[in-house]
Amino acid sequence: MHDIYNFVSGPLVWVSFILFIGGSIYRFVSMAVLARKKDPVVYDYMSLRYALRSIFHWIIPFRSENMKKHPVFTIVTFAFHICLFAVPIFLFAHIILIKESWNISWWFLSDSTADVLTLIVIGSCVYFLVRRIVQPEVKYLTSPSDYLILAIVAAPFISGFWTYHQFAGHEVMGIIHILSGEIMLVAIPFTRLSHMIFFAFTRGYMGSEFGAIRHVKDW
Amino acid sequence: MSEPAAVTTKQITDEGLVTGASKLTPEKIEQVINGVLKAETGARLKTYVDICVHCGLCSEACHFYLSHDKDPKYSPAGKVKQTIWEILDKKGKVDAEFIKRASEIAYTECNVCRRCSMYCPFGIDIAYLLITMRRICHKLGVTPQYIQDTAHSHSATINQMWVKDDEWIDCLMWQEDEARGEIPNIRIPLEKEGAEIYYSVIGPEPKFRAQLIYQAAVIMHAAGVDWTMPATPGWDNSDMCMFTGDFEMMARLKKIHYESAARLKVKRIVMGECGHAFRSVYDVGNRALGWKMPPIPMVHAIEFYYELIKDGKIKIAKKYEKPVTFHDPCNTVRGRGLHEMGRYVTNAICEKLIEMHPNREHNYCCSAGGGVINCGPPYKMTRVDGNRVKAEQLFAAKARGAKTIIAPCHNCHGGLEDIVHHYGLDMDIKFLGDIIYETMEKPE
Repeated sequence: MHDIYNFVSGPLVWVSFILFIGGSIYRFVSMAVLARKKDPVVYDYMSLRYALRSIFHWIIPFRSENMKKHPVFTIVTFAFHICLFAVPIFLFAHIILIKESWNISWWFLSDSTADVLTLIVIGSCVYFLVRRIVQPEVKYLTSPSDYLILAIVAAPFISGFWTYHQFAGHEVMGIIHILSGEIMLVAIPFTRLSHMIFFAFTRGYMGSEFGAIRHVKDW
Repeated sequence: MSEPAAVTTKQITDEGLVTGASKLTPEKIEQVINGVLKAETGARLKTYVDICVHCGLCSEACHFYLSHDKDPKYSPAGKVKQTIWEILDKKGKVDAEFIKRASEIAYTECNVCRRCSMYCPFGIDIAYLLITMRRICHKLGVTPQYIQDTAHSHSATINQMWVKDDEWIDCLMWQEDEARGEIPNIRIPLEKEGAEIYYSVIGPEPKFRAQLIYQAAVIMHAAGVDWTMPATPGWDNSDMCMFTGDFEMMARLKKIHYESAARLKVKRIVMGECGHAFRSVYDVGNRALGWKMPPIPMVHAIEFYYELIKDGKIKIAKKYEKPVTFHDPCNTVRGRGLHEMGRYVTNAICEKLIEMHPNREHNYCCSAGGGVINCGPPYKMTRVDGNRVKAEQLFAAKARGAKTIIAPCHNCHGGLEDIVHHYGLDMDIKFLGDIIYETMEKPE
């Protein structure tokens, strides 16, 4: 057990971060090169001002018509994305690990706050799952990979919560937690989670087309 | 868990689709699909497909989806699933039946009105994906017969309606003659080099809406505009090739259009009240020719009327009395943001404007645009049934008093006429030009 723990919390962390960062850079650069070669229109029409205008409207809750039409979804998705980043980055336990390794640290969340935020992520995942199963327009678009991606995202939070509260088998769960976190990091550049990398560009490009060329808003 | 993409029992009888598909072989399909994907698509298609999280939030943008009781097969992403996703998944190994249905979806169940782009949180250009499917269908020769006929007309005559060169000139002289009955010294100046304005129209105007040219002449004359029209091909700014996926022909059409304006050394082009032609001249055709923006400044009639009224070049004698509602065509609103100018003109010429909801850039499409009405009678009910929400939207405006619909676009006119008749709305439909002509002070 210790060997496995040491492996997933040692070399595998490095591997996963290298794949996450390297993969993200690779995806970004290869897409930028492909766009230069095959879709130069993207460069010609991209406008910083209108790209930012569009992104701004879409990263603030209820700034777009569609967000107003789906208030529950809007609240859930914003809470989900905020917690998804806040928990791993500002978790006390994570910061301790980093401090022990490199002697650097930063502001952290109290454990009880982190607990609540974790539950928000898990609850949001349940909401997304139910929505996929229940709502016809989402169900129609759903493929098995969508469930897999949802599981990849939910797993580190469920296992982390389990480990922190020391439920039965928490030692194994701790290993699963680290492993699932690593899987998620690696999945970001290579699955639909890559919207993390590309969101700003697709949104920005649409914002540029609508704003600079068509003189109209896109939200 | 995942549902099959294509479930349809509808019998496809369109001659263009049936005959076109009968000539396909699996090898040809695969070769054409992969050829188009490889040669003509790149980062945009890849990113759009890679990042779509299948959230379904685009659904409610689409009038087809809303009008079919939220049937997911009509949602924007649902249509992409039945077309582009499938050919990417299968790497082009799809059969002729699939292509037939994909063609029908891309050409007749989507107006490429771009409303869904405003509803996708990622800003995925879903219309572009459906246009890419059309491009593949065009190259496979599986296009609805009626719209293909207009594309053939474009190829043979450089206009949409098989109007011969002399018939065009004849039509202008006829309208000039008619107008002289009202204003004796009016002219429709043909081939006037160095004129301020080159006025271009779509093929259907000389073919069956010639009175619009008459009206335009009266407006130009009253406003004292220095204008001209060409006596050569290029006068037709319309472009069904853009919608069939025949991009080579689209570029040729726009080249001839711009060149005829350049030959006459005009300052700018003013287009009649047409939406799709505006999209072609302002946004798409110029790009196909390598111009970032149109090589000659050009404006849609809405903007032109706005200038004339704002500058006091046209005076309104008596405003139009019936309460009106304003339908924003997708290509002038999501294509150029002309909604406020349209309202400025409307308020200047009409007593009362009653807004329909949603409006402006969120207005529902007429369901005729994007070439759908040009796919002809076989698909009339596809678009009329597919736009029940438009009827509901208009009924609500009517309930608040609106009697006339202003639609500054030819396709919208055709589409709305069918909707008004089918759903028993009993409302008039007018162009801005109709009402300006009716209400303006005319010179003796």
